[in-house]
Amino acid sequence: MTLLSLNNLTVRRGMCPVVENVTMTVKVGEFVGLIGPNGAGKTSLLRAALGLLPFEGTSSLAALSPRLRAQAAAFLPQGREIAWPVTVEALVALGRGASLDRDKDRAAVDRAAVDRALARMGLQNYRARTATALSGGEQARVLIARALAQETPLLLADEPVAGLDPEAQLKTMEVFSALAAEGRGVVASIHDLGLAARSCSRLVLMQAGRVVADGAPRDVLSDDNLAQVFGVRGYHAETADGPVFQPMSVLR
Amino acid sequence: MKVFVALAVLVGLLFAGSLFIGPAGLGFAESLNAIFSGKEAATIVLVMQEIRLPRALLGAMTGAALGLSGAAMQGYLRNPLAEPGLIGVSASAALGAVLALQTGVAAAFALALPLSALGGAALAVLLILALAGPRGGALTLILAGVAISALAAAVTSLVLNLSPNPFAAMEIVYWMMGSLADRSMSHVWLAAPFMAVGLVMLLSLGRSLDALTLGEDAAASMGVNLNRLRLMVIFGTALAVGASVSVAGAIGFVGLVVPHILRPLVGAQPSRLLPAAALGGAAMVLAADIAVRVVAPDQDLKLGVLTALIGAPFFLHLIWRLRGAEA
Repeated sequence: MTLLSLNNLTVRRGMCPVVENVTMTVKVGEFVGLIGPNGAGKTSLLRAALGLLPFEGTSSLAALSPRLRAQAAAFLPQGREIAWPVTVEALVALGRGASLDRDKDRAAVDRAAVDRALARMGLQNYRARTATALSGGEQARVLIARALAQETPLLLADEPVAGLDPEAQLKTMEVFSALAAEGRGVVASIHDLGLAARSCSRLVLMQAGRVVADGAPRDVLSDDNLAQVFGVRGYHAETADGPVFQPMSVLR
Repeated sequence: MKVFVALAVLVGLLFAGSLFIGPAGLGFAESLNAIFSGKEAATIVLVMQEIRLPRALLGAMTGAALGLSGAAMQGYLRNPLAEPGLIGVSASAALGAVLALQTGVAAAFALALPLSALGGAALAVLLILALAGPRGGALTLILAGVAISALAAAVTSLVLNLSPNPFAAMEIVYWMMGSLADRSMSHVWLAAPFMAVGLVMLLSLGRSLDALTLGEDAAASMGVNLNRLRLMVIFGTALAVGASVSVAGAIGFVGLVVPHILRPLVGAQPSRLLPAAALGGAAMVLAADIAVRVVAPDQDLKLGVLTALIGAPFFLHLIWRLRGAEA
């Protein structure tokens, strides 16, 4: 089943295209890593796919009404904003589009979803903490939990693991893999190629607004692609713990 | 829930206080009788029904309008320093009233002044929609509001500057200080529909403002229509604040301070802050209006002066505490 299909998606900033003719689909069970250097168009692609930016071409999500779209896909923006000192629980509950004290049947469902999201991100003990008083990395985890609480078939996350400690990074990637394994889909932009190579089921490589490679991690992270797009040389290995990738040196 | 019950009780008590406290020194029983049955001496009925009741009602209404629109404005702009006057409606409504006073139209018929003030507010809304209209972010809205406020204040100063009549100038200055004295039920009936529509619009925004806690992109992805939200905030605030300025003049600091005080008590959630700020604003204006009668009954102390006198030091105290928390 297809969760997202983009067809010839182009986003222009002024006259200059920042995303150009991107056609891709995301299916159930996929954990897609969106990789590429800074300014490659990853954020613009995600925002346009949701209809948050004006674009040309088609996006199956942007075609939905805002309400249906919110049920089809959750979005974790790159900018981590928490405007008010609300509790972690109240913040995660925002993903349910409602405060916790609404009508009873719905409230129980919402509460359960919030509990699951908190448990997945290991935040059960943070419930009553004030979100704005947490460290940056903790806030990032809380915001991921908010997106999880939406319990949508598709999750779009813009640099979800940036600024997290190693444990939280690995855990977050495991959570996303688990979501995919449960029959949902995840698209996450990510700069850590090693994490992407280990956890993602598929990588989409962008450069200057175009998709230049799309496929299994080992194929996308080829020596040619790494040299051309990132200007680096990398080291690959297959270990008992799974694939390992490490960028080694700058080429240009 | 406790916060809301406590605030509602407080508003009820202060409303009663506003009815029963005044220079006429009426007894409790005769006051009640005068309002509900009118079976008292004609002067007492007059004092209660024509002076105290409209004053108490207007205090509660303008306070609720200012508190709620302050909370909505802070929630929309995600900035605790935002206040309802930010979009230029207060200054423009004041300009409308000042023009009515200066030209003498205000004396032509009873509601000429508030109607002229409402006209000023409407003009400000048209301007702000043209500038920060259907598309355009929070920053455009703030800048447009600042520009409109500055323009309206400049024209108001010009009117005072060129005023040939010192008594008219004095009248204008006093009016701008904000007061609920000598208002009638016709003021209540004029302001009530605008305020009611404005309050309902703003109160309906709770969930959208909650989602906006996470930023515009996150809110939009959760199904919030940002354009509609912005229009609702502008129109709701303009209706509530425009109507409140037109009947009470400029009452400062309520819209800024009340949401601040109440935010920690409602867990900082905008959806819970909205109704709390409406009640809190009503309580603050009612209390201040009782205070001006009690503190200096012979001096005609202006309500707006008092709210600013209480509000500003309180605000300084909040900033003092915030400074400690952020360090």
